Amino acid sequence: MSQGQSQHEDEIRRLAEARASEPGALLPILHAIQDRFGYVPEEGVPVVAEVLNLSRAEVHGVVTFYHFFRTHAPGKKTLYICRAEACQSMGSRALETYARKKLNVDFHETTADGRVSLEPVYCLGNCACSPAVMLDETVYGRVTPQRLDEILS
Amino acid sequence: MAVTTKIFVPSDTTARSLGADAVAAAVASEAARRGAKVEIVRNGSRGLYWLEPLVEVLVGNERIAYGPVAAADVPALFDAGFLTGGKHALTLGPTEKIDYLARQTRLTFARVGVIDPVSLDDYRAHGGYRGLANALKMSGADIVAAVTDSGLRGRGGAAFPTGIKWKTVLGTNADQKYVVCNADEGDSGTFADRMILESDPFVLIEGMTIAGIAVGATRGFIYIRAEYPQGIKTTREAIERAKAAGFLGDNVQGSGKAFHLEVREAAGAYICGEETSLLESLEGKRGMVRYRPPLPAIKGLFGKPTIINNVLSLASVPIILDKGAAFYKNFGVGRSRGTITIQLAGNVKRGGLIELAFGLPLKEILYDFGGGSASGRPIRAVQAGGPLGAYVHPSQFGTPFDYEQFAAVGAMVGHGGLVVFDDTVDMGEQARFAMEFCAIESCGKCTPCRIGAVRGVEVIDRIRNGENETGNLALLRDLCDTMVTGSLCALGGMAPFPVLSVLNHFPEDLKARTSWPPVG
Repeated sequence: MSQGQSQHEDEIRRLAEARASEPGALLPILHAIQDRFGYVPEEGVPVVAEVLNLSRAEVHGVVTFYHFFRTHAPGKKTLYICRAEACQSMGSRALETYARKKLNVDFHETTADGRVSLEPVYCLGNCACSPAVMLDETVYGRVTPQRLDEILS
Repeated sequence: MAVTTKIFVPSDTTARSLGADAVAAAVASEAARRGAKVEIVRNGSRGLYWLEPLVEVLVGNERIAYGPVAAADVPALFDAGFLTGGKHALTLGPTEKIDYLARQTRLTFARVGVIDPVSLDDYRAHGGYRGLANALKMSGADIVAAVTDSGLRGRGGAAFPTGIKWKTVLGTNADQKYVVCNADEGDSGTFADRMILESDPFVLIEGMTIAGIAVGATRGFIYIRAEYPQGIKTTREAIERAKAAGFLGDNVQGSGKAFHLEVREAAGAYICGEETSLLESLEGKRGMVRYRPPLPAIKGLFGKPTIINNVLSLASVPIILDKGAAFYKNFGVGRSRGTITIQLAGNVKRGGLIELAFGLPLKEILYDFGGGSASGRPIRAVQAGGPLGAYVHPSQFGTPFDYEQFAAVGAMVGHGGLVVFDDTVDMGEQARFAMEFCAIESCGKCTPCRIGAVRGVEVIDRIRNGENETGNLALLRDLCDTMVTGSLCALGGMAPFPVLSVLNHFPEDLKARTSWPPVG
């Protein structure tokens, strides 16, 4: 095992132990890990399982149930495109197609240069000013293909 | 001596998504350049979203609105004397007199957009914490009776009487009880919960504290979706401030009663808006729906009696305890009492938050408030109540907006979201999406939902590709029937509603398509 991996494990253990006594600690721990690394590294699963006295299967099951948790490192930035109905009514299907073509990726993929990951999202609560996208944690409303170019540049 | 002028620039997500931060920065730098003394308050949004970023200037005792303001407009606004309410092309006049707002009845949203969201002083100066003060003088049973008598029904979508849930928790003995707020607002076309979290989090904190005091629950959780980073941040900050001021903790306002509250971040599963799935998630598990009974009110979070309510239900409690059950009940019609926060969204000219007594016909909401479609084309359909709600046909637009009358036409009020579509919409595509969404978001526990949604997409594709159209249309209805009657929860049980509404009201769109290539 490489040095880097074991450092991950040490840090994951610290993050998990810091929250282990909270009731229902698993989601807060996974959030803390993803906040730190940008994803939940596979080697973290047995560590978290051990700290919480759960089986690996249980932790794996939770990580994979929730769309928000990623198991691979994302690009430098993540672009979330809303695919839900309010955005559909204002042209999000065309925007989605444009973004996939422009970035040359499908949903859940990262551009070849590692700059942008593309994710679908089902509602950002910005439905009165659709279509909406979110770049990391910044939401943009009334997004046209031109505006998307600006946002990504 | 120069006076300091108060300027309000919303910090709400939608306002920011349209450039409010740049506007606030431009106001600050322009004021500095001109030597004008200004205090910029980052208030929440009034919910007049087509006018965002909506900047307000306090002139005398009145707030004068300008909007929608772009950062580039700011120098011209200063030139026009907007610090003293001067006229400019973007002048909207006194905010409270803007027709869209003036016609509303803001009870739950009384402070939203008015105050600084995390200022406890602002909250209290605008009537905040009066409900809790009254509650602390009452018995638990009397508080529960007030909520029951107000006629408040669950604003999350199911419309179950809130007071009944509370009464069950009150009457169940346990060493620990919980209050859980469902802030997993996943329905497209809805943003009212987000607005409370971002614009007036104290009203939710107060409502949950009252709930805890009423039933003897000492611990609360607010489960907020990960897609709302700003709501999470603002609510966490408000909780810290409420703690510091003795409104949360071991001894709430010297009453000897404890109530502890924390935010838990969700992780992007729509199903976790279903209450038992949400409880599983809070316990650190996969968000799998639970069988009922037992009810969460008897065996809820960690197996303990739990009040679980939507943000809007809990945020409506302070005004009920402040002004009395009769005051609240006086609004509304039939069995739909009080106000409903309508969220007008999608292809609509004037989208936003409209809080009204129940009973206004849909048509008036769409045209008088909404001004018709954003595109200027005829409105062809409105999806009411989120992704599991029916598409309402224009022939039904006369229906008054209340729980029973919507149900009578096969539609639902749900969480109050209305998504408008113009006549360019392909309703067959919308029906397909309803099934696709259900397939993506199904927790997988019950077969009708897990398998049915996948088959639904396939059958719709076959119909649209002209494969045995008649037989597959019959099969689709049969499948919908299986899902409605056989699913464990509302996801599989209601995902067929938009599909059926398309079959019933827009059949011309759900048939073999003549275009090529095939769909799916």
